[in-house]
Amino acid sequence: MIKKLDISKPEARLIMSFMYVAFASLLIGGLMGLLQTLVRSGTFKLPFGIGYYQILTVHGVILGLVLTTFFIIGFQYALMSKSVGMSNGQRKLAWVGYWIMMIGTVLAATMILLGKANVLYTFYAPLQAHPLYYIGLALFVVGTWIACFVNFHQLAKWKKQNPGEKSPLMAFMVVINMLIWFISTLGVATTVLFQFIPWSLGMVDEINVLVSRTLFWYFGHPLVYFWLLPAYMAWYTIIPKIIGGKIFSDALARLSFLLFLLFSIPVGFHHQLTEPGIDPFWKYIQVVLTFAVAIPSLLTAFSMFATFEMAGRAKGYSGLFGWFKALPWKDVRFLAPFIGMAAFIPGGAGGLINASNQLNGVIHNTIWVTGHFHLTVATTVMLTFFGISYWLIPHLTGKKLTPQLNRLGIIQTIIWTVGMTIMSGAMHIAGLLGAPRRSDYSVYGGTEQAQEWIGYQIAQAIGGTILFIGILLMFYIFIKLAFNSSPEGVEEFPVAEYGDHDGATPKVFENWRLWIGIAVVLILFAYTIPLIDIIQNSPPGSPGFKWPIGNS
Amino acid sequence: MHLHKYEKIWIAFGTGSLLVFLTILGIGAFYQGTQPPSCLVTLDPANVQAHESFKEENLGLHQVGENEYVVNVLATAFNYDLGKDAEGNTVRKIRIPAGSKVTFQATTSDVVHGFQLAGTNVNMMLEPGYISDYVTTLNTPGEYTLLCNEYCGLGHHLMMAVVEVY
Repeated sequence: MIKKLDISKPEARLIMSFMYVAFASLLIGGLMGLLQTLVRSGTFKLPFGIGYYQILTVHGVILGLVLTTFFIIGFQYALMSKSVGMSNGQRKLAWVGYWIMMIGTVLAATMILLGKANVLYTFYAPLQAHPLYYIGLALFVVGTWIACFVNFHQLAKWKKQNPGEKSPLMAFMVVINMLIWFISTLGVATTVLFQFIPWSLGMVDEINVLVSRTLFWYFGHPLVYFWLLPAYMAWYTIIPKIIGGKIFSDALARLSFLLFLLFSIPVGFHHQLTEPGIDPFWKYIQVVLTFAVAIPSLLTAFSMFATFEMAGRAKGYSGLFGWFKALPWKDVRFLAPFIGMAAFIPGGAGGLINASNQLNGVIHNTIWVTGHFHLTVATTVMLTFFGISYWLIPHLTGKKLTPQLNRLGIIQTIIWTVGMTIMSGAMHIAGLLGAPRRSDYSVYGGTEQAQEWIGYQIAQAIGGTILFIGILLMFYIFIKLAFNSSPEGVEEFPVAEYGDHDGATPKVFENWRLWIGIAVVLILFAYTIPLIDIIQNSPPGSPGFKWPIGNS
Repeated sequence: MHLHKYEKIWIAFGTGSLLVFLTILGIGAFYQGTQPPSCLVTLDPANVQAHESFKEENLGLHQVGENEYVVNVLATAFNYDLGKDAEGNTVRKIRIPAGSKVTFQATTSDVVHGFQLAGTNVNMMLEPGYISDYVTTLNTPGEYTLLCNEYCGLGHHLMMAVVEVY
């Protein structure tokens, strides 16, 4: 039996505070997305002098950073509270982290709204935003570091109280994800603190553009695994319980997370394949390391389907695919994450293309890439997060997921699937035809090619509109789950039991020094020589350019 | 640690196909020479004219051999400078005979730009201080849009030119 703790009221309040920010962000960011697709259809102009690149910046920052990070940290606190517990001191520290993240978010958001930071969430130098935008981002990251240390401390304390015992799977997974986050944000924090802030304040005149981009992408790819792993946590430790099955293998689950720790960080060059100034040999090395994450993803796919099949067979379903019918298709807590898993098949395949050294040139910075991450983060990850919300929110607020809300959730999932298929599909095709991402509506001087893209942009607007309806519905469900009165009883926090009773998880899996050590060695291997190369062969630095983004 | 038999087959199959795939990419890159654009030449972004290729009179299309062309492009927010024609007008469109081997050489004197010839594999980042180059053979006649695919500011989507292959 897995030991389960109760989440106390003050802990629930903490977690819900993260959830409020996450769902408010969903609504605002989703509206920005809708407006973008409408503008690019060529039939709509933004009112009140609002700029396309302003709403694009809001969309990226609020969905890619704020929504994801707040939801993930909140959800991870829930997993930690459930598995290893949270002390009063830890909770107080967690609140400090929350408020620092909030201050950072508000600072950055204010600068974006004032039109002083139309630099998108990647803020590539030498475009120069207002210093407070960078300071806001830095504070946001510092706030998340506090969450990292709270999580690390939670597990360490539990280990001390339970000497010799294997750490709970949920806590193990949370700590891995926060290690990835901590190690990778060191890169973006370095460039923001030592390059962007002094440069935007005028303390230094020039910035080394390629170094700043390399540090950004050292963070930028692990970021996507930081989004994905909480979905994996739910798939491994919660979904089996919802379908009435067991965790396929504790050891395999841990192994796959350890492989993510090793291979999700030393891979940033695959975002820089078409950039000058980086030796193609090192680009190839990082491409190879990038593909190593295919292995833990394949492990996960196997574990999931093994869990599904064993649960179905245990219920008496037979035949090659008979067990498929045993899955609870009418339970939104399962259906939403399941569609998320299914979307990861084309999503992952697209990812293989993106990282493929030479093939990258066909799709780099085309709207194909936008289509790709709307399948992965906006479908696989988001549908899983919605799937989590259906039980986590009422569990925290002392309510129940009513049959009516379950039905609405299923409708929401279907709307999301249809909208995303249309939007992401149109983006993929238009990208293959050469249409660029991150661009306002343009006919490109009336070339035939640009004419060809418009039809797909209209399809994106149709998909985007359907998705926005899905967002409104999800927001409504969230409000209902959080505030409405519901029948007696509290929604269950599903925690899956192990199917393999041998308990033979190798001890070495908990040797943190070893795994962090290997991760650091891989990072040093992948980055030391090319980074020295980049610095030694640097051209003169760049002054800040404010006028191109209207920040003057 | 116990591994199910099917799991072993699955991992072996997955890892095996991955190795084949990466080997093919490696052979493509190091034996056949199809590396992603990775020019290592640097210059001073504040004085790009100091480099022979980006002197004002050298911008644009140049024939350098029978069926061989060089196109020098200077990108700035929000324009691709392809030089001037014989009458002194700004060039917005260049024409290249089908089947020519073309070397695109480009740089930026301000912010980061993209350089994508839609419908071809010419797709590279332009960064201040670096030259980016791409050698290709343009076989299929048609009109190709040269456009900026990396956000460079409020006029980013207006940054374009046309390459006609005839």
